[in-house]
Amino acid sequence: MKDPFISGKPCRTKGGVHVPHHKHTAALETVALPTPEKVKIPMQMHIGAPCNPLVKVGDTVLVGQKIGDADAPFSAPIHASVSGTVTGVYPMTLGGGAVSTVVEITSDGKMEEAPLAPPTVTDRASFLAAVRESGLVGLGGAGFPTHIKLNVPKGKTVDTLLINAAECEPYLTGDHRTALEDGWDVLSGVYAIAHYLDIPRVLICVENNKPDAIAELRRIADSSLDEGDRVRVLSLRASYPQGAEKVLIRAATGRVVPDGGLPADAGCIVLNITGAATLARYLKTGMPLVSKRVTVDGDAIERPANVRVPIGTPIADVLAFCGLREEPRKVLMGGPMMGTALADTAVPLVKNNNGILALTEKGAAQAAPSACIRCGFCVRACPMGLSPLTLARAASAGDTDTLQKAGALSCMECGCCSYSCPASRTIVQNIRIGKGLLREKMKKERKG
Amino acid sequence: MKLTVSSSPHLHGKSTTSRIMLDVLIALLPSVIAAGVLFGLRALLVILFSASLCVGLECICRLIMKRDNTVFDGSAAVTGVLLALTLPSDIPLSHLAVGCFVAIVVVKQMFGGLGNNFVNPALAGRIVMLVSFPAATASAGNNFFLPDGITSATPLSGGAGYSVADLFLGRIGGAMGEACKLAILVGFVYLVVRGVISPVIPVVMVGTVALFSLIVGADPVLQVLSGGLLLGAVFMATDYVTSPVTLRGTVLYAVGCGLFTVLIRLYANLPEGVSYAIVLMNILTPLLDRAFLFPAKKKQKRRGGEGK
Repeated sequence: MKDPFISGKPCRTKGGVHVPHHKHTAALETVALPTPEKVKIPMQMHIGAPCNPLVKVGDTVLVGQKIGDADAPFSAPIHASVSGTVTGVYPMTLGGGAVSTVVEITSDGKMEEAPLAPPTVTDRASFLAAVRESGLVGLGGAGFPTHIKLNVPKGKTVDTLLINAAECEPYLTGDHRTALEDGWDVLSGVYAIAHYLDIPRVLICVENNKPDAIAELRRIADSSLDEGDRVRVLSLRASYPQGAEKVLIRAATGRVVPDGGLPADAGCIVLNITGAATLARYLKTGMPLVSKRVTVDGDAIERPANVRVPIGTPIADVLAFCGLREEPRKVLMGGPMMGTALADTAVPLVKNNNGILALTEKGAAQAAPSACIRCGFCVRACPMGLSPLTLARAASAGDTDTLQKAGALSCMECGCCSYSCPASRTIVQNIRIGKGLLREKMKKERKG
Repeated sequence: MKLTVSSSPHLHGKSTTSRIMLDVLIALLPSVIAAGVLFGLRALLVILFSASLCVGLECICRLIMKRDNTVFDGSAAVTGVLLALTLPSDIPLSHLAVGCFVAIVVVKQMFGGLGNNFVNPALAGRIVMLVSFPAATASAGNNFFLPDGITSATPLSGGAGYSVADLFLGRIGGAMGEACKLAILVGFVYLVVRGVISPVIPVVMVGTVALFSLIVGADPVLQVLSGGLLLGAVFMATDYVTSPVTLRGTVLYAVGCGLFTVLIRLYANLPEGVSYAIVLMNILTPLLDRAFLFPAKKKQKRRGGEGK
């Protein structure tokens, strides 16, 4: 098989759908959100153990000061995103529906930075410790702690680092802006990871609907000192979901991650481009992950923009900053394909948010589902080679045996099936329920 | 602020069932026009009657069953037009009504409506008519453009003297939609370009017929260009509901359709076999799906084997 690292051409991937790009904010320089009055910083913005608050009501905190950490290794520390006074530590329901302890900080408006020093990094262990201290988690997706991801278990060899800048979700342009505005940070982050983890090949993967980002990254990669000629910028076909981990690995290396396996099983580590840039900044300045560039867009937004928002800022503040053209009917955290619909805009922005979309009645309208005509469009669209119609039917019938046989747990819920369904059936939504049923049953079996 | 909360995705593609059915109707238009030109006004009348009767029957069925009215998805109209196109232009309307009833009421709605019928409704209607009124359904109709000196026998029932151009353009007797191959091909190209059907089923089915007739010593050109093969391959065998959803299943299905067509034509006591071949493969579709839909099963077994 041809190797994209050598040929410069991506491998073919299965399925996928053509979604409208709606990248209205791609050319807009990032603007900073005025310091919010209050931020509510959740103690769980990652997969793994929740953090314990290190501050109490009445404490004064500075930007970048650590306010939450856990003893468990599978976690990521949390830092204050504004300077001010802690005015509350209490449980709150977050955007996804989970309840987490939040630390409420009332800002003093000064954004005073804590005395920070760049970490001392000399070898692999100190590098991984620094990554943990940066508070970095998977910024594009589920919030997997980055130091765990980079700590490849013994017995597995990783020869390729993939920097994910595919950004295949409609509307979102945050990663695109990172490439254009923070290209040097991206590359220095990449060099640091490649150096300390001794990874010989790096592919920065960008969809070909962002030619300016590709050109900029190539320019920087060419003009920087690339020891061992490790880095390539790969142009991917613009198709949803090119940025999904397994699809990206397939496209960039031709390798297949085994069912239930991790990227390391295919010799890869996949890191979001903004994650690489944030890491580089932390290594340079010691400033951890305290703010996020988010795309604010949707047909209810008056002035779509890329906004740099302190973590913990209520979504409502961000919406107010960009202005609402009319009352939104749906507010999404993330893109329209995989984002979470919010019930309440008072919830705080979390680390792995990359977009806030406000849709009007018209934009949020969904057609009523009709009968499945077995057209097979969902089968063709599925990037995992599954049969969504079979899974959805089995899920509705509660048939866990068929769900298991048809590979329900391989489904990554990208939504290509529902998107392509001419009968507007809620396919992936049903499969989600089916996966829950199946997991429950497997848990019971393990116990019994 | 009143917000809707729903599970992702929050975006939907443009494809809808009614648009797909409209595309099929548009693709059938050349064949309808050809039927009008070749067989006269009565052909158009028969098609219109069949389509309206099917839509009406669907309406009544849904009302009686107290279900949502689904006539606007267009599938009943498609069934009606297709059924008419597989019949000669001089079919008595009372016979046609029986076919429509079987197609819509018995085969489609009694099994739960669109998506739940296990065989193609139009073909089932046609087969019932074929068995019930053999003479009327096998009539050659009154083609105005028959080549000189040709009796009305159709090529498959022993008529001779047709040139390839006659067969291709429709200067033959028989069912009104099956005569003009050019019109069917125009519809085929439209459907493929619009992404409504994949070319796999028609190409593989016709290819199988050509190859298999060559092997058993029949004239492949005659076999491909006569009877209802092209209409069946493009519009009937590709029916979503009754064809497999996986690529491998689809290929096997199309090969089966082609094989049975030739077997019935050459070795059974019937002049034409396309309808029976497709219906037979329709019935096998659930099995073909089962065979190819569970890729994870094999992997899990393999992994389990390694563990032990």
